Amino acid sequence: MANRLTQAVTGMQEWFNERAPSFLPVYRKHMTEYYAPKNFNIWYIFGVLSMVVLVNQIVTGIFLTMFFKPSAAEAFASVEYIMRDVEWGWLIRYMHSTGASAFFLVVYIHMFRGVMYGSYKKPRELVWLLGMLIYLVLMAEAFMGYVLPWGQMSFWGAKVIISLFGAVPYIGGALTEWIMGDYLPSDATLNRFFALHVIALPLVLLLLVVLHIFALHEVGSNNPDGVEIKKGPKGNRWSDKAPADGIPFHPYFTVKDIFYTGCFLLICAFIIFFEPTVGGLFLEHDNFIEANRLVTPAHIKPTWYYTPFYAMLRVIPNKLAGVLTMFSAILVLFFLPWLDRGKVKSWRYRGVGFRVGLFVLGICFVWLGKIGSGPGTDPVETIIGRFLTAAYFGFFIYLWVYTAFGFEKTKPVPERVTGHD
Amino acid sequence: MANDGVDMGRRRFLTATTAVVGGAGIAMAAIPFIKSWQPSARAKTAGAPVEADISKLELGQMVMFEWRGQPIWIIRRTQAQLDVLSSLDPQLKDPKSEVTEQQPAFAKNEYRSEKPELFVVVGICTHLGCAPKLHAELKPEPFDPEWKGGFFCPCHKSRFDMAGRVYDGVPAPTNLVVPPYYFIDDNHIMIGEMKGAA
Repeated sequence: MANRLTQAVTGMQEWFNERAPSFLPVYRKHMTEYYAPKNFNIWYIFGVLSMVVLVNQIVTGIFLTMFFKPSAAEAFASVEYIMRDVEWGWLIRYMHSTGASAFFLVVYIHMFRGVMYGSYKKPRELVWLLGMLIYLVLMAEAFMGYVLPWGQMSFWGAKVIISLFGAVPYIGGALTEWIMGDYLPSDATLNRFFALHVIALPLVLLLLVVLHIFALHEVGSNNPDGVEIKKGPKGNRWSDKAPADGIPFHPYFTVKDIFYTGCFLLICAFIIFFEPTVGGLFLEHDNFIEANRLVTPAHIKPTWYYTPFYAMLRVIPNKLAGVLTMFSAILVLFFLPWLDRGKVKSWRYRGVGFRVGLFVLGICFVWLGKIGSGPGTDPVETIIGRFLTAAYFGFFIYLWVYTAFGFEKTKPVPERVTGHD
Repeated sequence: MANDGVDMGRRRFLTATTAVVGGAGIAMAAIPFIKSWQPSARAKTAGAPVEADISKLELGQMVMFEWRGQPIWIIRRTQAQLDVLSSLDPQLKDPKSEVTEQQPAFAKNEYRSEKPELFVVVGICTHLGCAPKLHAELKPEPFDPEWKGGFFCPCHKSRFDMAGRVYDGVPAPTNLVVPPYYFIDDNHIMIGEMKGAA
């Protein structure tokens, strides 16, 4: 019996391989014969976690579109309908809204990991650039998604963010009208944001994610020691040609990732079931009131993942300068592989100046995030915000000077990865 | 590759011309899709400028029109109300109308209007969108014993002078918004459009 079954399975495999001989090698290349460094630590789970969240967003998003009405007249009521009348609708929606914040959380940690261990450095610049594009698209995707429920913060957030484009000299006014399809955020705006949010941007996002992973698998993963395992000795238990310090991604890292995915989903489930708004952080209280173009909320602020950049916009008195600063803060990250001239990748072996600088950058980012989510009326906070903005950009200049002119005193990098025998 | 006997110049020319023609075609085909994002005919109609007849507006009176869902107030200010404006400057947040989004360029003056006596303004408080009330007379009011005429918002006590300029120390951050407008003739104002606009 078992023999028959094995035969049948083998037969099907052969039938398939005859007709599509290139499929199995692709699977092997990216799973069972992708040799990842064996010294990965917990910082290396966030790429996989962001894929888990992406799948969650797509699945829950598809179901939300089955009940959501993308019109200014019906959107808010249809979200209430999902929350109250659709069976399990509240769960699907909270999975989607919590997923949005979780997405940014894991992506921010994933990016920070990249800086810690120098994962953006040669030969992985392209991986970093594709990742940054994913981050950009993700911000657009999340912004448009937040407009859809057509609550107060949807409307006023859209108004504020779209009006940023009004700062563009000469064409600013026409540009904002073109984006909104009206003179203020309206039915036309909501309808097109819906199209972009559920079709256009997810397609771009998926393509970029595939390219990000393919580009990574071309050069191989970095690791906490910043050692190139491909340049090290060859030969491991599975192959003579594979790096000695590499182990197959599947099953070794899939098992590890599944365990941490379980832990991650547990935390997400806690949020979804007990505190889906996270005190107004994931879902702002004002967004439970329907959009009203005649009544402005007391504090218009974006969701937490934009607030560091929003703070930069707000502490700068000139609108155009503020907008440019805000976009530059994201743009400068694209150039990180070329600003950092240091040869040593991992912060384990880099100079003290790098570690201190990165720590300061982290503090600036979080503190700016806190300022950006406040009312913005405290003049002292504005001064602090300007200082932090300067420090944020200062990090990148400092990093270039520090590494390009030989100020960095690095430690010797080991020949092989450490920590795992 | 068997490239013998191939006229490479000819091939390059054909490749380039094909690319240019194809590129131009794609650019042309993109125009309808880009243009589809412009405000639709329906949105344009709903946002069309409004003609206001002010022939019956007496000195000191206010009349209200609606434009793009906003209340537009037109007030014929008295000489007494106008004279007091410049003396209020030290008490105001933005006496010179430096915040450019709050009014068209032609209204960046002491009266925040094209003709000094006729004041056109959006009747929405810049704080939280309530409707301020007109207290036009220069007489002591409960909220200000030395009131010089202006607008008072009952929601959060924001005060504005007779040019819609916000007082210091009130929650509203900016002056009241002056919409774009122009005079068709002495008795008619076109609200929502600048002179010479299409």
